[in-house]
Amino acid sequence: MKEFQFVEMRQLTWAVWDDWLDSRGLAIRERLPFAAKELPHRFRELCHDLSIARDRDYSSLLIDSLHKRVLRAQQHIYGAQPRLRRAWLTFFLAGFPALVRGEWRFVIPALLLFFLPLAAYIPIAHYWPESVYLVIPADHAAQMEEMYSPDAPSIGRLRRDAGDDFRMLAAYIWNNVRLDFQCFAGGLLFGVGSIFYLVYNGLIIGATAGHLTRLGYIDTFWGFVAGHSSLELIGAVLAGAAGLRVGYALIAPGNLSRVTALKRSARIAIRMLSGAAVMTFSAAFVEAFWSPLPAVPVAIKYAVGGGLWVLLLAYFLFAGHGPAGDPRHAD
Amino acid sequence: MTGLAAIPATLIDTVRNVDTPEGCRISLRVAGPVSRARAWLIDFLFRAGVYLTVGQFLAFFGKIGGGVVLIMLFALEWLYPTLFEAYWRGATPGKYLCKLAVLHDNGTPIGIGASLIRNTLRAIDFFPLFYGVGAVTMFLTKDYKRLGDLAAGTVVVYCDEPVPPKPDHSSESEPPSIPLTVPEQRAIIEYTLRAGQLTQERSAELAVLATPLTAGMTADHARERLLRIGRFLMGKR
Repeated sequence: MKEFQFVEMRQLTWAVWDDWLDSRGLAIRERLPFAAKELPHRFRELCHDLSIARDRDYSSLLIDSLHKRVLRAQQHIYGAQPRLRRAWLTFFLAGFPALVRGEWRFVIPALLLFFLPLAAYIPIAHYWPESVYLVIPADHAAQMEEMYSPDAPSIGRLRRDAGDDFRMLAAYIWNNVRLDFQCFAGGLLFGVGSIFYLVYNGLIIGATAGHLTRLGYIDTFWGFVAGHSSLELIGAVLAGAAGLRVGYALIAPGNLSRVTALKRSARIAIRMLSGAAVMTFSAAFVEAFWSPLPAVPVAIKYAVGGGLWVLLLAYFLFAGHGPAGDPRHAD
Repeated sequence: MTGLAAIPATLIDTVRNVDTPEGCRISLRVAGPVSRARAWLIDFLFRAGVYLTVGQFLAFFGKIGGGVVLIMLFALEWLYPTLFEAYWRGATPGKYLCKLAVLHDNGTPIGIGASLIRNTLRAIDFFPLFYGVGAVTMFLTKDYKRLGDLAAGTVVVYCDEPVPPKPDHSSESEPPSIPLTVPEQRAIIEYTLRAGQLTQERSAELAVLATPLTAGMTADHARERLLRIGRFLMGKR
């Protein structure tokens, strides 16, 4: 068959495709040219046209236009996005806790890398107070003392007036969620970046806590951080675990090439990072609007903070055991 | 007509061929560092513009304004590339203007997962200054991938297809006087389609070279003859 006959025979079908491909927005779904279940077959037909045109050495004009059509159809068909809201809901109800449990090989080391320096520094700061200044600059420490001093005008920050809550919320989001992302990205340096962020943040927080505890600012400091501590700290740890996962894939790719191992690992790690980022994001709201409330008695703050820790622990231990948490249902 | 055999089987090119599950091969034209840097620069200027203008305005609103500026900075730095690439045909505004798009390695459009991976890992590619790591990996890998692209399994391609020339369906045709091999037929068909884009003189000059089909003919006659043969080869009777 010569080119002109081929074009004549097929051009009506192609026109139908073009009509659909040129439509935009919602029309893409509604104006489907064929019955939806016929689409794969029709698409294979279109691909077949391209292969035939190439095999028969038809003009590049025809081949190029067919190629363009195949490419656009492929983008349309494979570009269909899953229902986003449902996917996120299932992820947080089931997929995320199941993922965190499944990745315990990275979550446990991340927990240790973060909480060991943190916990160790509190007694160290008590018996060797000068050591605090090894990780916290003196002026920063002084600022902290001022913020959490029992006779400070408002706890946890220097001043407090109308716009402060919102301003601090923005600062927490900007700073903490960004740290999550950087902690994950650092995993690409064979995990070293993530390890550094985990240990360093653990040290800073431990030193601050130890320093303020030694000064006796117990209720102001611990009362302030109790509310958001669970979400914020575990969020940071999970971002680090995501980074460790990526770094481990580069160090020990197993039977795969490093690039393939990295790709597979990143696909899982990014889900963990998304969850971690949402936790950090939520922590920012608690930290901005709940933690600094001066009217709330400190006992209630401890109770709420402890309650959140228990809830979070229960969430990660018990949620998502059903089929919805199965990673094979992911994406 | 002997020079045609010298065309190498695989051309040195930035085309990436992908075999789809539908059993056909599609070619993606991979974008290099320069066009990608240009797209990034456009995005950067756009974001800097938004930040400066909106930031100036918000400065009048005290602490609330300061908070909005920080949230905006966060959105511009992290959400801007991620959401645009995931939900706007794989392109940020800068990429769109440069006719670039991000696709999966297999040619399918990227979703939020791949977009998040390649844009959070930007922090490493940017290291130590102005995409130092990214530039080095781009030159070391096939398809100009920075580390974020490697991890996400994505590739940045040109999405503008060259405009094909319009064929001439009107005039008459004639069969070639000697049997032609497939590459020779192909060459004459290409010539027929592109003759309209060349000047009359140049296309005539080229036609003279196609001996023995056009041996001993004047340049303009040679051109007409070759065009008629081309139309014949495409099936015009």
